[in-house]
Amino acid sequence: MSILTERDRAAVRTELAKLAGPVKLVVFSQELVAGDLCRQNEALAREVAELDDRISVEVLNPAIDRERAAAYGVDQVPAIVVEGARDWGIRFYGIPLGYEFSNLIDAVVVASTGEPALDEATKASLQALAADVEIKVFSTPT
Amino acid sequence: MRLAQHMSVASERVRSIVIEATEFPDLARAYRVMGVPKVVINDRVQFEGAVPEADFLGAVLRAVEAA
Repeated sequence: MSILTERDRAAVRTELAKLAGPVKLVVFSQELVAGDLCRQNEALAREVAELDDRISVEVLNPAIDRERAAAYGVDQVPAIVVEGARDWGIRFYGIPLGYEFSNLIDAVVVASTGEPALDEATKASLQALAADVEIKVFSTPT
Repeated sequence: MRLAQHMSVASERVRSIVIEATEFPDLARAYRVMGVPKVVINDRVQFEGAVPEADFLGAVLRAVEAA
C-alpha cells in the first residue's frame, strides 16, 4: 500500500519540476533497531524517487556500512540524508511525514539547485562562519 | 523549518537535522522538547516556534560566539 496519495504525487511532481540536477536520498535502515519505521521510511523515499528520474535512493545499514554512516555523521535510524551535487549536511531523523514531508521535498529541491532561498546578508554571514554549526530542529508530523 | 536546511546549503559549516520528536523520545527528553518546532543550535542556543530569518541567523551567530 502506498504512503502517498495520488493527490500528494501530483503536488510533489509539480515541486520536483524545479529540480536542477540529480539528488540522492541516502536512507539509513536497521531492521533490528526499528524495523517497521525503517521499512516505512525506505518506502517513502522510494515513492518520492519514483516521481522523478533525477532522484535516486541508496539504503545503508549503519551496523554494516559503518564507515559510511560515520562519514555522514548519522547515528540514528531511520534517517535520510538529502544529497545533491555534494552532501550539503541535510539530515532527517525519523519518517518525514505530514508537515515534515513538505520540508523533505523542499530539501530535495534546494539540494539539487544549490541555491538557498535566503537573503544575501544571511548567506554572507553564513559563508563567513568561523566554526561548525549543527542545527537540530525537533518536529512532529502534525 | 526550511530555514535550517537552506542554511546548510548556504554554508559548508552548517549541518541541519530535522528530528521527528515522537520517534526519538530519548532525544526529545534530553533536549527538553515541550513544543515544536524546537531549534537547538550547537547544543547551546535554543528557541521554540517559527522565527524570522534574521532572528534565526542571530541565534546561529550567538551559538558560534558562545563557543
